[in-house]
Amino acid sequence: MDIKREAMAGTLESSDICVTVQPAAEGIRIDLNSTVENYYGDSIRETIGAVLQELGVRNALVSAVDHGALDCTIRARATTAVKRASREEPQK
Amino acid sequence: MRRTMLFLPSNNPNMICNGGLLGADSLIFDLEDAVAPDQKDAARELLKNALGSLNFGKCEIIVRINGLDTPYWEEDLEYILPLKPDMIMPPKVSGGDYIRTLDQKLTELEAKFGIPAGSTRILALLETAQGVENAYEIARASKRMMGLFLGAEDLSADLRCKRTKEGSEILYARGRLVCAARAAGIEVYDTPFTDVQDLDGLEKDAEFAKGLGFSGKACISPAHVDTVNRVFSPTPADIQYAKDVFAVIAEAKRLGKGAISLRGKMIDAPIVQRARLVLEAASEIEGVDYFAETV
Repeated sequence: MDIKREAMAGTLESSDICVTVQPAAEGIRIDLNSTVENYYGDSIRETIGAVLQELGVRNALVSAVDHGALDCTIRARATTAVKRASREEPQK
Repeated sequence: MRRTMLFLPSNNPNMICNGGLLGADSLIFDLEDAVAPDQKDAARELLKNALGSLNFGKCEIIVRINGLDTPYWEEDLEYILPLKPDMIMPPKVSGGDYIRTLDQKLTELEAKFGIPAGSTRILALLETAQGVENAYEIARASKRMMGLFLGAEDLSADLRCKRTKEGSEILYARGRLVCAARAAGIEVYDTPFTDVQDLDGLEKDAEFAKGLGFSGKACISPAHVDTVNRVFSPTPADIQYAKDVFAVIAEAKRLGKGAISLRGKMIDAPIVQRARLVLEAASEIEGVDYFAETV
């Protein structure tokens, strides 16, 4: 899946994660800001990375601001952000 | 047992993830009014992931999809049906054709996803004058129909009347839905009470709905769950009376008596049926076999 434009999914509310996906020239970079970075930072990055892999994304810059999201929420927000970013036009 | 049906917005992870801890018998995950049009995709994805991984305990899972007059409902079902929710709640159901169209789509998707044919039930939300008038036709439109559900906020807008706490403006609709559902042999559930702070008003409203014959009531706030659960649960006096009914029946059989009375009143078939429903409900809520105690 090609990342064609910048797109975002999620909110800054408690238990949510706001994921922004942008086009990148080469490779995957995941920048994470999390209230639980010390405990779950690696796990969150791993989950986002797994979603990108499942969706066939090879080049993307991902920024995520996490407020204690569960794994299912991280997967959902990352998936939505990637799907939105792969569309030519923003969803109406 | 559906005393309480709690609405939860499907794009709110905090509420979704805590859904199983809020005490409701059923959870209604809302993809319709609680989700903005530009967030439908995010809500579907979140709900799909949540239903696929979280444990909601004994809670029944219901999903309110978008209306059949919108571009969203078919994609809602494509996302959600593989997770096998207990029921689908279509909004603004207007007549039997609406239910038959949904039934056809569910049949198609059940085959596609390897789900047993006909296993997805429908809880129809009636919230227009047309829907109320067609309640019996809707109730009998499909074998999937499990119940009718009254939505009073949209209904009062359609009726062009003011929605009040007393609810006189929806009395006809309440009575019509109860009668239509019971005539069709399905369940019927009452509209939520929308003042989150007014627990006394909630209790009166729930008592009134129970008195009309509703099986349970929707809640839009977790703060309403305990009150509605209490109102729609049998009281200790109800349970004792029901046990006494079965005790006098057993005693009469032992003595070979035909006519039976309890506390000065004849025991007839409707009283026995009500006593049976009370003990069934109490047994399910408390995890106790009250019928065993009557033997």
